[in-house]
Amino acid sequence: MDSVEGNQALAKLKATYPDSILEAKEFRGDITVTIKKENLLSILQFLRDDEELKFNHLASISGIDYLKMEDVEGRLAVVYHLYSLKNNRRLAIKTFITGDSLEIDSVYSLWKTANWQEREIYDLFGITFKGHPALKRIFLPEDFEGHPLRKDYPLEGRGERSRFDYEEE
Amino acid sequence: MGLESRFGDNILTTVADKFINWGRKNSLWPLTFGTACCGIELMSTIALRYDIARFGAEVLRFSPRQADLLVVAGRIVIKMGPVLKKIYDQMLEPKWVLALGACATSGGLFNTYGVIQGIDQFVPVDVYVPGCPPRPEDILNGLLKLQKKIERDTVLYRER
Repeated sequence: MDSVEGNQALAKLKATYPDSILEAKEFRGDITVTIKKENLLSILQFLRDDEELKFNHLASISGIDYLKMEDVEGRLAVVYHLYSLKNNRRLAIKTFITGDSLEIDSVYSLWKTANWQEREIYDLFGITFKGHPALKRIFLPEDFEGHPLRKDYPLEGRGERSRFDYEEE
Repeated sequence: MGLESRFGDNILTTVADKFINWGRKNSLWPLTFGTACCGIELMSTIALRYDIARFGAEVLRFSPRQADLLVVAGRIVIKMGPVLKKIYDQMLEPKWVLALGACATSGGLFNTYGVIQGIDQFVPVDVYVPGCPPRPEDILNGLLKLQKKIERDTVLYRER
């Protein structure tokens, strides 16, 4: 079990990027580090390539919508769950999407598995990933409007589920 | 069975409707459109323990052109809707549709933006089978209900 104080990866991250780390939290032995989105690519590359840490596996990428959530300033966030096969250690990197453009760097250049996961987040949250090779919808129909996993999207939709203008054969 | 020997070389007479419907209802060829857990129950119904062959519906066809019973087993999302419609259109007459489970019938517990709230909004459904998912007995009951319905049909031309 790791604590915020005794975590090797966190200590090394703080020493290398002292200005980029906003917050570090521990929950049941798992560490989540909140970083500035400008340094995302270089921090993830550092965690992947560092000889001691070797977070070589990107387990998952998630999008989060914090709309109307108390104590949270930003709205949309992206979380990267890293895993080190060498050390059997996990680390979560969270970054908030600030500004109006809703853009963040794609990590496809570091892990190929990011391709479809980033498409999923683009599809459901509308976050744009800069440098993604083919950023288009993955689940929803291509002509779908809106991003339904956002909290301000009505649960029952905007009438798209009762549109049956299918082409007659 | 020994019954034939009593009739010998005779001819049986019957009504065309009854004879044709008897043949149709006992040789339904289902197309299984399984999109969720209802599909698993349907597989169980087809397999040994419940044995749908007892009711003559064991010839599964995965081509709509060879099937006459469309079994929609599971939730249909907005992206799947046109696919289901196309498959229904490709089936030859006479054809019947069985909506299996709560999701195909009404959207079930998925009252969300992506799930169509009942396939009967764009495909005509003959029998609804309730349940989430329905037990194999329920599915067989639905099949028997459909057979009853086919019995009442007529081969004469009728405005649909």
